[in-house]
Amino acid sequence: MAAVAEFDSVGLRYGTGAEVLRDLDFRLRTGAFYFLTGPSGAGKTSLLKLLYLAQRPTRGRISLFGEELTGASRDALPPFRRRIGVVFQDFRLIRHMSAFDNVALPLRVAGAADEDVEGPVREMLAWVGLADRASARPPTLSGGEQQRVAIARAVINRPELLVADEPTGNVDADMANRLMGLFTALNRLGTTVVVATHDIGLINATAGAQLIRLENGTLVDPTGSLKNPPRPAKSQP
Amino acid sequence: MLRWLFASPPDRRLLGAGSRRAPTPWVIAIMSFSIMLIAATGLALANTAGVLSRAIEARYALEVPAGGNSLDELLNAVRTSPGVTSAESVPESQMRQTLEKWLGPAAESSELPVPALINFDAAPGADLDAIQKRAQAISPGARIAAHRDSVAPLLHSLTLLQWVAFGLVLLLSAAATAAVVLAARGALDTHRFTIDVMHGIGATDLQVTHLFQRKIAIDSFIGSIGGAVAAAIVLLLLTTGASFAGELTGGATLGLGDLAILALLPLALTALATWVGRTAVLRALREDL
Repeated sequence: MAAVAEFDSVGLRYGTGAEVLRDLDFRLRTGAFYFLTGPSGAGKTSLLKLLYLAQRPTRGRISLFGEELTGASRDALPPFRRRIGVVFQDFRLIRHMSAFDNVALPLRVAGAADEDVEGPVREMLAWVGLADRASARPPTLSGGEQQRVAIARAVINRPELLVADEPTGNVDADMANRLMGLFTALNRLGTTVVVATHDIGLINATAGAQLIRLENGTLVDPTGSLKNPPRPAKSQP
Repeated sequence: MLRWLFASPPDRRLLGAGSRRAPTPWVIAIMSFSIMLIAATGLALANTAGVLSRAIEARYALEVPAGGNSLDELLNAVRTSPGVTSAESVPESQMRQTLEKWLGPAAESSELPVPALINFDAAPGADLDAIQKRAQAISPGARIAAHRDSVAPLLHSLTLLQWVAFGLVLLLSAAATAAVVLAARGALDTHRFTIDVMHGIGATDLQVTHLFQRKIAIDSFIGSIGGAVAAAIVLLLLTTGASFAGELTGGATLGLGDLAILALLPLALTALATWVGRTAVLRALREDL
């Protein structure tokens, strides 16, 4: 099956510090659902940054949607970013813009005309249960509402890859289940989903999802989905 | 090409409200005001120099030490010389009046050898050597001096002042653009979060730049026009209230061409500031990632 992302011997370090990610080899299959898990500081957010092209690897190669992007120029990246939806842990909503404008932003960046924005954005806000909060600004929304606006913004462009960093970290269990319902619905529509989470309950409740586990910047492979899985500890010299 | 200038309301909302309080328009207005006044002064100086230069271009003086006795003969010789279009002598009484300033009552003495002075205009190509020789045949010490040689230091000073004005206009324009660069960098820091979000969802550097470029253009335009209007008012007050200035400069004023140049200056300043601001923003964005 085609891969939406492929990492080949990828390493990442910030500045002159130690590598926070080492020798990452894996591929994400198109249309699959992945949970990225691991202890705090394992490098989950750094891995997601590489996935949504906010960071370049310091070594190795990354391919997205079949294109090798490691040496791509800065100007070549925006078209790829438009194919990726990102839900940040801290939402990253623009505070002085309404929920409607926040959700519409990816469409406008992609060059959609005003008349082509109104319908899809209203539909998306209704889908996340915020139809009546379209004109509200983020500071006036609850944490759960902000999270749903962030999700609506991430998926308004029907991304081929959806990346979410601890999307349920700021909401209660009921809201977490509803958000996961949105992600699985998107996944059924063909979007590859990668969700970073600590929540074992959430992982267990999502049927068919695969697990990617990071420990100290390297991958361990509980489900066999990695291209070059590390050898089991007992067979190492 | 100018689509960035007509951003949609949602695009305008991206940078938020309240940015009108920024000092950039005021800084640009002060620069524009100063540039307009200095440029107007420079152009007026150029016109004055032109008027003066044209007035004395063909003007000469025949100086004859102790030639007062043969003044009529000398005047006749100059008038009848080929190429001389007009000639008049400075009356002996006027010469004595002038000498009185240095010599006092002795200037009235009949024993004082009063020099003769004949001013004349010569057509281009007139043989000045021949005129001088004819005069020397009457009075051996006769010598022709061009008025432009006497006024040359003044014209040189006027030219120098024009260049100083031009240099000041350039310096002030550079200062205005430096202020725009600083303001642009400040705006980038202020809106860093919005820029990161936009980049994250696939905005290009050019799309982000257009947001700032539009704001820079509007701020620069408002400042430039405001400063230019204030300068125009000051210039009007100066020219209508101080008529003696016109007399001092031989009536040199600003022509239509000069006014056109002055009218274009605020637009040029706006264009320069916008271009420099755009370049600064684009360069700063490219330093990221």
